[in-house]
Amino acid sequence: MPTPILHKESLIPGKTSKLVLDAPEIARKAKPGHFVMLRMTPNGERIPLTIADTDAENGTITIVYLVMGKSTALLEALNVGDAILDVCGPLGHPTHIEKKGTVICVGGGTGIAAMHHIAKGHARAGNKVVGVIGARSKDLLLFEKELKSFVDELLISTDDGSYGHKGLVTDLLRDRLKKDKTVFEVVAVGPVPMMAAVAETTRPFGVRTTVSLNPIMVDGIGMCGACRVSVGGKTKFACVDGPEFDGHEVDFPELRRRLAAYREQEKVSIDDYQRTAHGN
Amino acid sequence: METKTPKKKPLAPRVDMPCQPAEVRRANFEEVALGYTREMAIEEAKRCLQCKKPLCVSGCPVEVPIRDFIREVSLGNMDAAYRIIKSTNSLPAVCGRVCPQEHQCEGKCILTAKGQPVAIGRLERFVADTYIATSACEQVTGTNSCALPRGDLKVACIGSGPSSLTCAGVCAAAGIKVDVYEALHEPGGVLIYGIPAFRLPKNVVATEINGLRLAGVDFHLNYVGGRTVEVEELLETHHAVFIGVGAGLPTFLGVPGENLVGVFSANEYLTRVNLGRAYDFPGQDTPAFPGKNVTVFGAGNVAMDAARTALRMGAESVHIVYRRTRAEMPARLEELEHAEEEGVQFAMLSAPVRFNGDAEMRLKSVTLQKMELGEADASGRRRPVAIEGEVFDLPTDLAVVALGTRSNPILLDATPKLKQNKWGYIEVNEETGETSIPNVFAGGDIVTGAATVILAMGAGRKAGQEIVKRLLK
Ligand SMILES: Cc1cc2nc3c(=O)[nH]c(=O)nc-3n(C[C@H](O)[C@H](O)[C@H](O)COP(=O)(O)OP(=O)(O)OC[C@H]3O[C@@H](n4cnc5c(N)ncnc54)[C@H](O)[C@@H]3O)c2cc1C
Ligand SMILES: Cc1cc2nc3c(=O)[nH]c(=O)nc-3n(C[C@H](O)[C@H](O)[C@H](O)COP(=O)(O)OP(=O)(O)OC[C@H]3O[C@@H](n4cnc5c(N)ncnc54)[C@H](O)[C@@H]3O)c2cc1C
Ligand code: SF4
Ligand code: FES
Repeated sequence: MPTPILHKESLIPGKTSKLVLDAPEIARKAKPGHFVMLRMTPNGERIPLTIADTDAENGTITIVYLVMGKSTALLEALNVGDAILDVCGPLGHPTHIEKKGTVICVGGGTGIAAMHHIAKGHARAGNKVVGVIGARSKDLLLFEKELKSFVDELLISTDDGSYGHKGLVTDLLRDRLKKDKTVFEVVAVGPVPMMAAVAETTRPFGVRTTVSLNPIMVDGIGMCGACRVSVGGKTKFACVDGPEFDGHEVDFPELRRRLAAYREQEKVSIDDYQRTAHGN
Repeated sequence: METKTPKKKPLAPRVDMPCQPAEVRRANFEEVALGYTREMAIEEAKRCLQCKKPLCVSGCPVEVPIRDFIREVSLGNMDAAYRIIKSTNSLPAVCGRVCPQEHQCEGKCILTAKGQPVAIGRLERFVADTYIATSACEQVTGTNSCALPRGDLKVACIGSGPSSLTCAGVCAAAGIKVDVYEALHEPGGVLIYGIPAFRLPKNVVATEINGLRLAGVDFHLNYVGGRTVEVEELLETHHAVFIGVGAGLPTFLGVPGENLVGVFSANEYLTRVNLGRAYDFPGQDTPAFPGKNVTVFGAGNVAMDAARTALRMGAESVHIVYRRTRAEMPARLEELEHAEEEGVQFAMLSAPVRFNGDAEMRLKSVTLQKMELGEADASGRRRPVAIEGEVFDLPTDLAVVALGTRSNPILLDATPKLKQNKWGYIEVNEETGETSIPNVFAGGDIVTGAATVILAMGAGRKAGQEIVKRLLK
């Protein structure tokens, strides 16, 4: 069933937006960590996006995306009043949340949006939540205000030093772990290299580290095996066994290579779209 | 129209079915087998002996009155033939194309012993196709208008493969309102995402489904049983629930290198091409991985479909790699022959040892172990045994693993009260199809493990009949 867009907010012009969707049946079930599969047009590809927030009462879910290729470009072309052709979910295992002490939630780029929902779940469960977010520069930082409304502490880094700490989120994370022994878990959502770096940073501290993986998916319901990742030497299907896994066990180089599998076709697709979309 | 009784010519040869020439069809996704003309159908139907005790019927899991429909075909009464088939089979245009007839009705036909059986499948297909072009309403009700469902009796079917479609059809025909919930964006199950269009055109499935829509069946797509809605919730809004979610979780070989870029499950490869229509990329957004030298592991219908799909996607060479020999291959003979004609090659008595990649983790070759056939095992088939030291590399940049599937955990995990057997499939009462939860039924691959379209339909029909009996009593 087509899913209406109730609200659209451009976070980074042309690159990243936040959409609030009228999806009462999904909103009723969605928990932090869940994702949906979407398709924009009858010719379109099914793509996964994390549920960044839910409002069960109003029957809405929020998604935040980075425009990467054709499907996300098609999504960015939609506005309030339009509907997304297909939205299927909620999918994946929800985040494991119980009251245990201090949790550090690390977010990078668009991943901050997904991290925000997980952090919110931990805060609601009564954990002390430290948010650590990073981006290349200040104007690419997302969800600062939203996070500040419920986290106990928010640490910020930018690669170019335009805001907060100049450097990487892993610098802030390492400092924090050195000082604070109450941290029972680190959660990281963001680009693959960032999640890999977070896992390496926490490894010497022996702190449980959960990452939310983003392999290429086709169905999102455990039928195709496209989303397989190696975790602890075993093959797992991210859509039904994950998408969250123990970061210390994930084979990140393999994930990175598998994400590049369709690089040439993705280029053909976006070039074709841009040509036709701009009418020449 | 002919009126005389059919002539009995038991030893006349079967009428051949025209096909697209192999050189042409290996480059397109059009249907391979073109179907009988009216004349051919009548000629073939006349070969039937009209047995007093037709053995063919006992070979049909949904008990199509085969002899009776063939008699009508031989007399040129296609409408009557269609109604007879449709009285027990809700998807004849599908069954006429994909049923393993040689093991079922045709395998039991009395003429098998004397020569060639009556081409029951081809006749079924002809009759269904003759009708499919006319009126979708008639397909369900046999009249020009569709039965209106009673609003007070409601059944939910989860999944939209042949088992659910059949259950829905049986219920709808009795005037019960049916809601079908499907996780994907297109209904049909394996008929849509698995079996390629060159064997089963998408419009054939779509027309059958449209017939159900006209009979008042509602399809809720992108709706995941156990996620978007739970079985127990459906029981609150419906009188009965049928679970036909199939067994779609792919299994892999478990050899090193299986996660290299270029190694796929048959489900992924076929879903991209069939559901995502990747053969039309970039007109369609879903891409398929391009492969020059393709290897396919397995020897059932799924492997044949993957191999023939790869040819059509432009592969230079396609090898099916199998541990045993041609004689042991489980695929339908017709599909095996079609694959051979189209140029699929066979690497028999070979088993994969590992996949080898380059520095970018892209598949380059597969190392195969030569096998020989040893003693027969419990299944009665001779067991493949490795020949010590005989390993070799076959270059390949696209490998498709077609080794079968297991039950998908999504719905089962969300429904702990549903009793499963030791293999993780749903346990049902043989007589009724009912599960351990009252008024919840199940059928198809999720009960039997990967099987056939017609067995799934048989299960859907049994459950549907039981549901109708309970609701209308
Ligand atoms: C469980 C899950 C949750 C996700 N949540 C979000 C989210 O909340 N916000 C968001 O912006 N993105 C998210 N992603 C990534 C998102 O699915 C991809 O960005 C999207 O599929 C790209 O599609 P496209 O057609 O626009 O680009 P394509 O043309 O398909 O790809 C362009 C680029 O994106 C990469 N890519 C392709 N598919 C994926 C993929 N599934 N994941 C990551 N990279 C991919 C390719 O390597 C390529 O470099 C998530 C992915 C998963 C698996
Ligand atoms: C490539 C291939 C070729 C085949 N060739 C033949 C052949 O020639 N002849 C033959 O007889 N058989 C063939 N088969 C086998 C046959 O297709 C299956 O036995 C049959 O389709 C099983 O039917 P089903 O109703 O149990 O489920 P399926 O057809 O598997 O359909 C199940 C449906 O349920 C949906 N689903 C799954 N989980 C959920 C959920 N939680 N909520 C909602 N929906 C869900 C799935 O998306 C799917 O659409 C083939 C199979 C494959 C894969
Ligand atoms: S068994 Fe063969 S010959 Fe006899 S009725 Fe059936 S199809 Fe005709
Ligand atoms: S996306 Fe198909 S199995 Fe996970």
